Amino acid sequence: MGASKDSAVSDEINQQWTTRARRGLAKSFPYEKLLPDTQPSYLSSWIYVFGALTIGALAMIILSGAVLSIEGPTWWHQSSLGLFVNSLHLWSVELFFFFMVVHMWGKYFMGAWRGKRALTWMSGAVTFSISIAAGFTGYVSQTNFDSQWIATQAKDGINSTGAGAFFNVLNVGQMLMWHIVLLPAVVIALVAIHVILVRHRGIVPPYTEQAREVTP
Amino acid sequence: MTKTRRFNPDRDVVEWKGGSRPYDLLKEVTICFIVVAILTIALAILFSSPSDRAVSLHTWATSSPVDFAQTAITELDGTSASATYGPPYNNTAGVSQRLGPISLAELMGVNETVNPPTDFVLQPLKTVRGDHVLYTALATFSAAGVGQQASWERAYEKSVVNATASGGSVMVPSGDYGPVSQMISSLTQMAQSGALDTSMLNEASFFGMDYTKSLLFLSDGGYLTTKATGQHLTGDQWGMMNEVGNYPGQSWLWLYTMWYQVKPFSTSANADVQVWALMMLLSVLLIMVPFIPVLRSIPRWSKVYRIIWRDHYRSET
Amino acid sequence: MVSVFALVASVFNLDTQGHYLRWGFIEISVTNLVVIILMVLVFIAAITIPFHRKRNH
Repeated sequence: MGASKDSAVSDEINQQWTTRARRGLAKSFPYEKLLPDTQPSYLSSWIYVFGALTIGALAMIILSGAVLSIEGPTWWHQSSLGLFVNSLHLWSVELFFFFMVVHMWGKYFMGAWRGKRALTWMSGAVTFSISIAAGFTGYVSQTNFDSQWIATQAKDGINSTGAGAFFNVLNVGQMLMWHIVLLPAVVIALVAIHVILVRHRGIVPPYTEQAREVTP
Repeated sequence: MTKTRRFNPDRDVVEWKGGSRPYDLLKEVTICFIVVAILTIALAILFSSPSDRAVSLHTWATSSPVDFAQTAITELDGTSASATYGPPYNNTAGVSQRLGPISLAELMGVNETVNPPTDFVLQPLKTVRGDHVLYTALATFSAAGVGQQASWERAYEKSVVNATASGGSVMVPSGDYGPVSQMISSLTQMAQSGALDTSMLNEASFFGMDYTKSLLFLSDGGYLTTKATGQHLTGDQWGMMNEVGNYPGQSWLWLYTMWYQVKPFSTSANADVQVWALMMLLSVLLIMVPFIPVLRSIPRWSKVYRIIWRDHYRSET
Repeated sequence: MVSVFALVASVFNLDTQGHYLRWGFIEISVTNLVVIILMVLVFIAAITIPFHRKRNH
């Protein structure tokens, strides 16, 4: 009697969302995979650090952006400390795209999508496009002449696609909120997915010249 | 029974069964962050960042009153770029860009209503207090028929091409402009005082963060464009990539702006929607590289990987 | 503290008139060209400079 009651309870536990999620995650992403302590010996090139450098630049963008948020969007026009923090934000963006592009060139020439790693490549390529949008909303949030010009120019391209009906680049309030809330959230989520996929599939091995059958 | 398929070296790998070495992931990430932080701080100290002050209707009307007046009359008579823009600002038919037979802007409709004759000229002028000459001019204008209004506007627009500035005022050769000359003159003074900026921003509510109207008005004139041309920021100067002064711009936008410089886009009335559609297609192609023949084979054909993995290939032989 | 930032506002003043190069239909700022060339050089350096780690296990 007690035994069947126990097994009914454990059946119920097994079916729970929480239990199934925990077990699925533990199976796919054990700590040894998320935080490995070894790497394959073919990893022997400086090109491999550019992913981490890109993330380092993203961290600087977020930190400098956070300091700008403390004082508000026009602070940097009135304060020399604000101008310095704005400079940190601008240069970390330049470094972010610099390292991302070198990282993409490296991954392309390594054929890094091979061996079921297509999603890793795709999530990275989408991050590139979304980052451009995030940078754009930043440029039109500068509250200076540059932002006025960029907004009045960009409106024609965006309006021609119909997106201007709900994405108004001349609305500083809207652009600023996309820049500091919506797009950073998307970029961070995409980067997290990208990194988890890298940990999940491992770093792509080198090309071999021999054709053979493979079980998918 | 599991299916097998032919090994495709551009899609498949032989998973690594070989050696490994110790690797401190968190240490590497920390070092990378420190390196980037030092680089960023150094660049910020060495080069700072640009900030050309924003312009306003006030700075425009003060430094270029004639250009302001020439623009203001086109707003009143509805011939300005903003007044004839079409969706999303207004319902001018047949002006939106098309991709083949489809106008995406028309499909999405007018969601940011802007009516320049009212929003940029008549409504702001009606907020002025204590100017009886202006009241009379406005009353005369609104009492006149549409044909009479158009006739005054046409006459003024023709003459203002030859206008000169004198002490901030716009001097137009004499002619029959009815009340229009007074209205444009008052609007110019209103802009010079700063009141027009505030009026256009705060018309709907005390807290204004939507600069659609003032920015559209500014973009219709020559003042903003002249300033931008001087900084190499206009479309045919590859402006999308550039920044003011000698600062680095957005070099990652090179392909977006390049299409605008070449035919057929450089001479197309639908250039914007065509370039955007092309860039969306190319972005999708970039995302789908793993599945695209030839594109996904180039890394193997180019053999750049033999440099990247040379230690590995050397240790294999 | 704040005045220190005013003093070091920038060592090199990039706020002067931009320098642009024209080649056919291409028009590019010197700064952007430097950035792009640097990207290429850094990529080449990254794949060619030797990277030595401890011996394999």
